Amino acid sequence: MICISNVVKKYHTRHGEVTVLDNINLTICKGEKVGILGLNGSGKSTLIRLISGAEQPNFGSITRKMSVSWPLAFGGAFQGSLTGFDNLRFICRIYGVVVESRIDYVQDFSELGKFLYEPVKTYSSGMRARLAFAISMAVEFDCFLIDEIIAVGDNRFQEKCQQELFEKRKNRAMIMVSHDPHNIKKHCSRFIVLHQGILQEFTDIVTAFEYYQKN
Amino acid sequence: MTDQMQPMLHETSLLRSFRIQMRVIGALLMREVLTRYGRHNIGFLWLFIEPMLFTLGVTALWTFSNAHHGSNIPIVAFAVTGYSSVLLWRNMPGRAIGAVEPNLSLMYHRNVKIIDVFAARLLLEAAGATTSFFVLSIVWISIGWMQPPQDILKVLFGWFMLAWFGASLALLLGCLSERSEVVDKIWHPAAYLLFPLSGAAFMVDFLPSAAQKVILILPMVHGVELLREGYFGSFVHAHYDIPYMAAVCFGLTVLALAQERFISQRVTPE
Repeated sequence: MICISNVVKKYHTRHGEVTVLDNINLTICKGEKVGILGLNGSGKSTLIRLISGAEQPNFGSITRKMSVSWPLAFGGAFQGSLTGFDNLRFICRIYGVVVESRIDYVQDFSELGKFLYEPVKTYSSGMRARLAFAISMAVEFDCFLIDEIIAVGDNRFQEKCQQELFEKRKNRAMIMVSHDPHNIKKHCSRFIVLHQGILQEFTDIVTAFEYYQKN
Repeated sequence: MTDQMQPMLHETSLLRSFRIQMRVIGALLMREVLTRYGRHNIGFLWLFIEPMLFTLGVTALWTFSNAHHGSNIPIVAFAVTGYSSVLLWRNMPGRAIGAVEPNLSLMYHRNVKIIDVFAARLLLEAAGATTSFFVLSIVWISIGWMQPPQDILKVLFGWFMLAWFGASLALLLGCLSERSEVVDKIWHPAAYLLFPLSGAAFMVDFLPSAAQKVILILPMVHGVELLREGYFGSFVHAHYDIPYMAAVCFGLTVLALAQERFISQRVTPE
């Protein structure tokens, strides 16, 4: 279970303090698929950062009683001068996974072949994205955080990702933030709209979408 | 997979946290070594070859310029103990300042904390300076350019105190540099100016007694004096007050940890 209670997040800007999340509450149980709709700048990514623990709230608390992933396919923590394998090994070490048990899987899934042993800075953006997704799947979590479904690679590869995430791991919880109601409708069972720092839950996607569009 | 993460859930949370932290610092250390030194030529050996080159150069300069004012202390040992000490306390702050920014994106991995980033860098820096000091000492002793130390425990104690001073100062400055760029700007001239005052190139006993009082305000001077007493024994007359140095280091440590707490609650990754 993840319990977000009375969380407030503010940022200092040049034109004063901005409240991005204003006293939000949300509880996510094992296996639940939570979709959060929000416009650009509504605070979706801030919410994901708070849940992932990359940032701390100003007030309130976030309790995690299940393991929570880093944002899916996030490649920002890659060190460019290191090889794809070095980066995989680093992640495995952090999460206490034996790297040897994951090399074949990552090499195969990312379709990088021998390029896994080349520095990441020499990769194309597609190669980076494929590696990031493969590494995301190399460590198992009870709950996956998804900050927009980024289309990785060609159609075939995208299908492979969808299957890996939504089919093979369909018993896991998931928190997906997006500005696109289609993805949320397709993959989620709870529908929430983030607007003006407040979370509003709806019983179905249609009313959620209506509310989302009105604002 | 899950089976690897499961057993840890049953341990007490403190032991579990400790294990995770050790694992994370280890991973950061390896990442840092690879990033800094790469796999080309001699790779991670640069970790201590670089400080060794510094110390060798300074030893040569001091030998030829006879830099220790006509005292009869052996110059090679004087330079090795002095310059190694400088590298130890001075390089740690250099690596800690600005350490957070390039590692911010690692905060998405919740087990990685700001303190781990600092710990990895400081451990690496201390290990480099220590290896350089030990290797140089052993080489010079074995070919007879230096005598073995009189009291090795005293040498190690002095070395430890200097490392504590360097690490606490580094953590404090590293955290403050996150809050203000001024720290980075001021550290460079400060480090440069502190070097001649740090006791590396003189013994406090050489100075007039009025100057001794002033110079002993600087905490690292006490560490160098202790280290040199351990090395040269009764051959030198050392001036130090270890409780004073420990008190300063302790104060710096407390301040540094408070600052670390402050910034780790406020970091904002991209």
